[in-house]
Amino acid sequence: MNRAHARTAIAAAMLAALAPHALAQETGERGRDGELKIIYWQAPSTMNPYLSGGTKEVEAGSLVLESLARFDENGEMVPYLAESIPTLDNGGLAEDLKSITWTLRTGVLWSDGTPFTADDAVFSWRYCTDPEGGCAHTSYFDGVADMEAIDDTTLKISFTEPKPFPYTALVGAESPIVQAAQFADCTGAAMPTCTEQNFAPIGTGPFVVEEFKANDVIRFSANENFRDEGKPAFATVLFKGGGDAAGAARSVLETGEFDYAWNLQIDPNLLADMEGGGKGSVAAAFATSVERLHLNQTDPDPALGDERGTKAHPHPFLTDPRIGHAMSMAIDRELLVEIGYGAGGKPTCNVLPAPAAYASTANDDCLVQDMDGAKAMLDEAGWTDSNGDGTRDKDGRELSVLYQTSTNAVRQDAQALIKQWWSEIGIGAELRNIDASVFFGSDPASPDTFGKFFADVEMYTNNFSGVDPEAYMARWLCDGAPSPDNQWQGTNNQRYCDPAYDALVRKMASTADLSERQAIARQQNDMLMKSYTIIPLVHRGNPSAHASTLGGVRMNDWDSELWNAADWYRTE
Amino acid sequence: MLTFTIRRLTTAVPTLLFISFVIFMIVKMSPSDPTGNLPLTIPPEVREQIRESLGANDSLIVQYLKWLKLFFWNEPMAVLQGWTGWDLGFAAEQRIISYQTRSPVMDLVMERMPQTLTVVGVAYLVGILIALPIGIISAYRQYSVFDQVGTFVSMVGFSVPPFFSGVLVIVLFSVLIPSDSFFWLPSIYDTTHRVTDWDSFTVQLRQMIMPVMVLALQITAQISRFTRASMLDNLNQDYVRTARAKGMSESVTVLKHVLRNSMIPVVTVIALGIPSIFGGAIITEQVFKVNGLGQLLIIAIQGGDVPTVQTLTFIFAILIVLFNLIADVLYGLLDPRIRYD
Amino acid sequence: MTELAPARNQWWDVWDQYRTHTGALVGTVVFLTIVLGTLFGPWLWSLDPQLIDIRSRNQGPSLAHPLGTDQLGRDSLARLMAGGRVSLAVGMTAMVLSLVLGTFVGLVAGHFRRLDGPLMRLTDLFLAMPLLPLLLVTIMLFRQPLASRFGPEGGIFLLIVFGIGITSWMQTARIVRGDVLAIREREFVLASRSVGTPDRRLILRHILPNVLSPIMVSAALGIATAIITESSLSFLGLGFPPDFPTWGRLLFDAVDYLKQYPERVLWPGLAISLTVLSVNYMGDGLRDALDPRIRGR
Repeated sequence: MNRAHARTAIAAAMLAALAPHALAQETGERGRDGELKIIYWQAPSTMNPYLSGGTKEVEAGSLVLESLARFDENGEMVPYLAESIPTLDNGGLAEDLKSITWTLRTGVLWSDGTPFTADDAVFSWRYCTDPEGGCAHTSYFDGVADMEAIDDTTLKISFTEPKPFPYTALVGAESPIVQAAQFADCTGAAMPTCTEQNFAPIGTGPFVVEEFKANDVIRFSANENFRDEGKPAFATVLFKGGGDAAGAARSVLETGEFDYAWNLQIDPNLLADMEGGGKGSVAAAFATSVERLHLNQTDPDPALGDERGTKAHPHPFLTDPRIGHAMSMAIDRELLVEIGYGAGGKPTCNVLPAPAAYASTANDDCLVQDMDGAKAMLDEAGWTDSNGDGTRDKDGRELSVLYQTSTNAVRQDAQALIKQWWSEIGIGAELRNIDASVFFGSDPASPDTFGKFFADVEMYTNNFSGVDPEAYMARWLCDGAPSPDNQWQGTNNQRYCDPAYDALVRKMASTADLSERQAIARQQNDMLMKSYTIIPLVHRGNPSAHASTLGGVRMNDWDSELWNAADWYRTE
Repeated sequence: MLTFTIRRLTTAVPTLLFISFVIFMIVKMSPSDPTGNLPLTIPPEVREQIRESLGANDSLIVQYLKWLKLFFWNEPMAVLQGWTGWDLGFAAEQRIISYQTRSPVMDLVMERMPQTLTVVGVAYLVGILIALPIGIISAYRQYSVFDQVGTFVSMVGFSVPPFFSGVLVIVLFSVLIPSDSFFWLPSIYDTTHRVTDWDSFTVQLRQMIMPVMVLALQITAQISRFTRASMLDNLNQDYVRTARAKGMSESVTVLKHVLRNSMIPVVTVIALGIPSIFGGAIITEQVFKVNGLGQLLIIAIQGGDVPTVQTLTFIFAILIVLFNLIADVLYGLLDPRIRYD
Repeated sequence: MTELAPARNQWWDVWDQYRTHTGALVGTVVFLTIVLGTLFGPWLWSLDPQLIDIRSRNQGPSLAHPLGTDQLGRDSLARLMAGGRVSLAVGMTAMVLSLVLGTFVGLVAGHFRRLDGPLMRLTDLFLAMPLLPLLLVTIMLFRQPLASRFGPEGGIFLLIVFGIGITSWMQTARIVRGDVLAIREREFVLASRSVGTPDRRLILRHILPNVLSPIMVSAALGIATAIITESSLSFLGLGFPPDFPTWGRLLFDAVDYLKQYPERVLWPGLAISLTVLSVNYMGDGLRDALDPRIRGR
């Protein structure tokens, strides 16, 4: 049976709330296709997504644990353990938006044969929100006042305030449902110590953990109690970790030892070359990751002592949007993508690039590099090279920035390119790179974190999980800036402040209508873009490779990449 | 001899304590944050909670003493508990826990021992077996063609970095040779492979050949040079001349008398090199994804996993001190001219 | 009466013996070529190794770029020479540091009875430490503070040199101490002492010149080890910043492209291997030449 048929069948099966096996796809018995070999060059260190925020653990866990619903590759919700998605129309969502009622599928069993009930869902909520646990994904349960198992297959979630987008708790691979019986003794402070449970959680998913070696390899076998007949097609899975991205790519595309390799961030030419061998193909899925530049609106000058980087001292020139605009115009995003990302990136002019309905088109003139326009703009802003040293200056101050990012070969290449473009329009740049664990850490004592931002320009990637951008766009509130008062733990790294923007955030929080929310989100995005305090560069996808003999793969960046592993099969 | 050994053992204890303190302090003065590698979507309050729950906020001395107690008392007790099945009350939370996996560090170490011992240990053996004859013959026929070639090969083995030779070998045997050919070798080591019959044994052999080749080349280089030097020292001694004058056959002279005397320092050098089996193949393990102790160390260092780094480094230190002692005792036993007292 | 042949400086004898070791001679020539090439090469070939010329990326050898260009269009020959300067500088400096430390400890321990015990315990302590893991850990942890102080390249240079230097002095110390102990009992030393020569002059003028042979051999091997260690550190991501060329970094960057552009691996690989090889041969030749039992055989 060819792949097109299988795809249609899967799509149809998804839409159906009933009869999951309605349209027969390539059927056969469970376990007919032998072993599936997956390689993640960063090895998972635990199987419990709640204990680790790392993508690799979440994805490994998604083979075993499932949620009420997952997001497909277009960002649409697909019911997994739920019968259907509750909405205002079908009565699942209350009129006052303060509660949502999920109807669960009947007859679902845990892999040990016991029945799955709404009690397990309630337990999962308590498990993660326990204050002593150190759960990494408590944000999914923000605003949840209570969860109640009305009966075995009905779950009611109540919120403290009306929640326009209530599909957060227990939705997506980062918030799965764990078995209450297995984790009963593992709540609170005992959460990290239940090694046996954390390494081999019992789940409702298509596979069961046979052997787990932390940071090394995991062996799975097909779940005999899985609810879909004839799935999974694979009897066992070998999930190997370790090494580097190039080696992983090689093992799928050149030596054929593995079927699936994740997150291949290597030189795109190299990847394309390997793909030319015909043994496999590379696919990238795009969600919300945007590599961007932040322009510090405060002055990071060390001479200011304790007040450096705080609102008391605005930046000498980056507060002028024309400077940021010129910087953006000088950058050739197409070339950046070509050099560093290949098929795994697209040039972008929005910090909110997806889902499509939220993406604004008002800023797309940034896609074309315009050196002359940049120079003209700087001239207009009064910056000229009066002392002939190659960088512009004004009133005795040089137009020169300290540009920092994390240590990563692709980022360093990008820095070198951008520095060269800026020097052509007369902006000087000093490059710095900082070890990732320091840069992305939140140690209040370290001067090199991206929150402290003791530099003029910094570059990194950020994204948000799920499909609703409300929390993400609320990062840039005036009082969200990191400062000594909040231990430098704010989210508004570039210290952007505009009361009109704050007003939009408040408006979003109380708007329920979907198209209105989309309009507000686009407005927020445009406001940020016009301020030129954030310069988006590349909309990044996750290039992953799979063997040409592996069918059913639908690359997905909105959820776990292995979200539909139950549907994968061998094609020859 | 006995008093010497006992004296060395007793000085080993403060040495180890001092080393453990140095290791602890170096790692503790780390500016890196154990939550630094977690994705940015995790809010700061949660990060702080996680840091708390990992115990990263206690004072230095307290952490050091806690760790000492855990290492020297809790861990052996837990092992004893595991072997005998008695419940001595040493549950999981009282052992040294890794930050990354939240599981006991010693379990991780034990899990990785087999592949390290298999691949690196076998490479060491193979290296020795090749190095000894090369060294002996090179010394015997000094400056001959064999000597020059042997010297060259061992120099090359010494000079070429393992990540170069490793990838070269992968490209040769895994990429350029088609995968259904007899000569094709897998480039990724499967740690879960179990040897149950002849077929699985050949599979295991195949996946070991490349890393063993790369490692053995380096080991051969060092040991063969040393053997050659030692043999040369002895071949010029008077007793050899006497033996030959007495009419002893060349093979008896060399293989029985000279060899034995030359082996003394070589054996001690080999004994001194054994601790490097455990931690010295870091790069080769990375290249071939043989997830052994070296790779564990690198991952722990990069992830800011302080307990794992401390424990592993300290284990290496213990091994080094132990094998230093064994080498010295061996030297005393084998060489009748040396008498310790 | 026959003329006595004029007394010949001992070093000429050493040089004669050294010359018979073909490997050492070839090694010396190769090494000197490499050193001079990296030192003076940039004056002859003055392309900026950091200059990015995107349009000419991934090119093979040509007149404009004799060794081709890398993935960002930087000239490979210029980078090879710049990388050579750094790698050789690291090698030499680290070697000098470890040599100075080792010789100092060895001399003092051998000469002063009372310091012998504690110094040898210190040496044993260092020998007992798992050096590679500690080196990795130290570099990982301290490169940030040092980088902010001395600039990224300066900070790492200091860290690597310091790290390699203090982890490889022990062998030299032991050997030097052994030789010093042996020489102390010689008549000329006793004679000096009886005349009242102060300790410092005794060590520097009489003892040190006679223990030079193991020191020189250590020096040769020290360079080799330092260069290999630096390239290994680059491979593990713990070396110089990624855009800063060193041979180890060039090799590491090129390893992924082994199949597509094998020459990019070849040049730094050859450079490292040839340098280390030639230095090893030089050390071998020196060892043979300085050993009075072998000389003249």
